Amino acid sequence: MSKTEFPPSIKSRPVYGELEPRAGSGHLMIADAEGAEAILGLAKSVDPGFWAKTHIIYIPKKTGTKYSSQLEQLGAGQYYCGPSYEAAQSRIRRALQNCHMGTQVYLTGTESLMGQAMHEAVTAGIPHTAIQTEHRGSTARRMQCVHCKGITEDVTTDPFECSHCGLSLFVRDHYSRRIAAFQGVRVDAEDPGNIPEKVELFK
Amino acid sequence: MTIQFNDETFRGDFTFRNSEWAIKRFPFPFHEDSYMYSVNMEPHTSYRPGSVFERTFDVDEHYVSEMKDRAQVLADDPLRCQSLPHMTLAGWDLVELIMEAKAREYPDLFELHKNGNRWRWVNKPLGIDDTFTFLDESTLPYGPMEYITRQTQGDFALLDQRDDNLWMDAGMVTTQADWSLDFDIGMNFFEWHAPVPKAHEMGIFVRALKFLLNIQQGQPARRLNWTMTVNPLLDTSPENYHKWGEMKQDLTLENMGSKQHLRVELQTFFRLPRSNALVFPIRCYLISFGDLVTVPKWGRRLHRVIRDLPEELATYKGFIDNRPMMVEWLSQYDDGSPTSDGIWPDDD
Amino acid sequence: MSAGTAKLNVTVAEVKPINDLVTRFKFVRTGGGDLPTFSGGAHTVVEMQDGDITRLNAYSLMSNPADRGAYTISVRRDDQGRGGSKFMHTRVIEGMEMVISNPVNLFSLDLRAKKHLMLAGGIGITPFMAQMHQLSMMDGHFELHYSVRTASLGTYAKELSERYPGKVHIYHDDQNEAIDLKTLLANQPLGTHVYVCGPKGMIEWVHGTAEAMGWPREAVHSEEFLAPASGKPFEVKCAVSNKIVQVGEHQSLLEALEAAGIDAPYLCRGGACGQCETNVIGYDGKFLHYDHWLTDEQKAGGKHIMPCVSRFEGKTLVLDR
Ligand code: HEM
Ligand code: FES
Repeated sequence: MSKTEFPPSIKSRPVYGELEPRAGSGHLMIADAEGAEAILGLAKSVDPGFWAKTHIIYIPKKTGTKYSSQLEQLGAGQYYCGPSYEAAQSRIRRALQNCHMGTQVYLTGTESLMGQAMHEAVTAGIPHTAIQTEHRGSTARRMQCVHCKGITEDVTTDPFECSHCGLSLFVRDHYSRRIAAFQGVRVDAEDPGNIPEKVELFK
Repeated sequence: MTIQFNDETFRGDFTFRNSEWAIKRFPFPFHEDSYMYSVNMEPHTSYRPGSVFERTFDVDEHYVSEMKDRAQVLADDPLRCQSLPHMTLAGWDLVELIMEAKAREYPDLFELHKNGNRWRWVNKPLGIDDTFTFLDESTLPYGPMEYITRQTQGDFALLDQRDDNLWMDAGMVTTQADWSLDFDIGMNFFEWHAPVPKAHEMGIFVRALKFLLNIQQGQPARRLNWTMTVNPLLDTSPENYHKWGEMKQDLTLENMGSKQHLRVELQTFFRLPRSNALVFPIRCYLISFGDLVTVPKWGRRLHRVIRDLPEELATYKGFIDNRPMMVEWLSQYDDGSPTSDGIWPDDD
Repeated sequence: MSAGTAKLNVTVAEVKPINDLVTRFKFVRTGGGDLPTFSGGAHTVVEMQDGDITRLNAYSLMSNPADRGAYTISVRRDDQGRGGSKFMHTRVIEGMEMVISNPVNLFSLDLRAKKHLMLAGGIGITPFMAQMHQLSMMDGHFELHYSVRTASLGTYAKELSERYPGKVHIYHDDQNEAIDLKTLLANQPLGTHVYVCGPKGMIEWVHGTAEAMGWPREAVHSEEFLAPASGKPFEVKCAVSNKIVQVGEHQSLLEALEAAGIDAPYLCRGGACGQCETNVIGYDGKFLHYDHWLTDEQKAGGKHIMPCVSRFEGKTLVLDR
């Protein structure tokens, strides 16, 4: 599965690039699922000394062991493979504490992972424009309910039900980097009960 | 001038009313018979005594009740007021800007007494008399931005300026036209404007941003924006959309004059001296269609503007479904005669 | 909006030579009263009435931004320059009334920074002096590395070392001391912002080194005032005002427009702010673009010019002014 092409959208919607090795004092790579492919792709064009200064944090999700051994064999100075983003979060924060200006951050995989890890890196002091991203795998969205503020992960349909307050929400393209989520707004606000058929928009 | 403050509500029984005085000074936003987005900015200089453009921060008959409504919104949802940590200094800049302007321009309502950094602030309409140390947060009951904007009509966005862009890093937003501070905080100028149709393609935001980045201390600017609201509801937030969206269905030809309101935002831009941030006050004025058409020129013009407004704009502003009915109602007040240039009522 | 920035009427309260090259000037409001507060890094544009010529030069404010009683600037004499600094050194005396602009900041601190790393060369120290005042009031975390030619030309080096012990590092060229930039940049915690003000070469060195070491562009800030370059005289037609204007050898295009009474906007007069951008209606010749504002594409496109610093050589130039 190669890099995802998204349809044109509004200016708050993130656009993702293609990972490339950049000069830096260290490299922090955070990936989930098919994001592993982007790292393996980048591995073809790096200098021999690159991996020693690299820390890979990988969450396979549904891909199981499909990529994890290949990633491990890259010989990164530090390699971690964990069960979920939540489980990895404290490790990500700790890893950022050790970084200096000049460290390169590479994020790849789902939007949810990239968004949340980006938020950590920005909070630690790296400008968001300096963080590389490449989308791979599922296009399911991480949505915030504008009414109750709860986050619903892995949304694939429009509308969808908020997993916290239960309202039916339509999926906007308006995106908040701080919340690392798209905005969901009640679909039947003007005409309660009139909820359109769900359409599977994201996979 | 002494203002008689109304005791009124912007929710529930909606007792909000404009006096004759408030109608005459309403900032009608259309200077011609059609409307399209443009880079409509001008210096915020004092203009037309009695008008909303006369003072730096206009105070009117709705002041006390608007501040009560704001306090209620904040009690229900404290996320309507947020400030990222680096914006505290800009908050103090805002305290100074507002207190100095109000004390100078409304000496009968507000007083500011300075003794070095020890300041005494008297707000007579709200019954406040506080003494605090400027730049010391621990001497105020709220953060500086929250403190002063709980006492000032209009929403406020504080914009940090860096990397040739503006970043919405703090705000007090309780009278907004359907956007969420909690969601937009931290975004840049192009990102928070992302949902607006057409204007990006027209190059409006690129030019507007260049202008804003160069706004200088002591040289504020302003513009008007507008939308439509059913019932005089200040808090048309996305957070509460599921509560007010339904009201749009209650509109009929019979209640149009009292229920449908034109909502105008007087937006101003000031450079803040210590932080080099910008402050963007967004002051909301509401007028019912019934009151608006008492000025014949406005009635004629509003009919033409709403009738001919591009569909994308009517959709974005949220009145596409009610537009046919609004146009029908307004057409009674349009005899087809020409209108004069500019926004002001014709002298009669 | 009208051209330029709001003006302040000031009186020169003090003229103090600091060393062989640098003199400090202190301004108070004429007739008394407070001056506007400003933010560290701001500059003011000083108007000099030099016979028939009005010179306008931008200087960084170096005093404490919280002190509204007076502004101070320091001016380094530049004998090769177009005369502004010479005017300040030779003609400005205590008690003289002058006009300066409201403060404008094109070199502000990034207040999100967890640490501010300041690199100064020579007279480039001045904006940092105001910034350090501001940061020390806010308990900000900063460090200054200041490179000077000799101890005697090290403007304010001694007093800064005393005022901020442990935070100020001085390097003397004549003792072969130099900022060890690579080591300095290698060990900064995340959230550090670098600021550089000094000669062009130093600014390029810092940007280049930081970039090569993987520093984000947004974390490296610089301020360089371009003095308008002298050049061959040329002629411009101004289509809106219907005037033909001659631009002299030692005059900028902006100055020539102003002298001809044409309303031309500006802020920085140094090619940085974008305010003076002017549309070109037609031309036959070659542009000498010296600004930092237009993109390379725009410079090649021949449709825009920044009159505060850029020039023209050729037969005709028609501007939308
Ligand atoms: C820096 C200060 C400004 C802030 C904080 C601001 C904020 C906003 C926000 C939050 C929205 C709502 C977007 C949404 O739908 O979510 C908006 C709409 C809009 N803004 Fe701004 N804005 C600013 C300056 C400007 C300027 C200078 C212009 C000049 C042209 C402008 C033009 C517009 C337009 C045309 C809309 C659509 C409004 C409508 O049709 O009702 N804004 N603005
Ligand atoms: S005046 Fe600032 S770029 Fe010309």
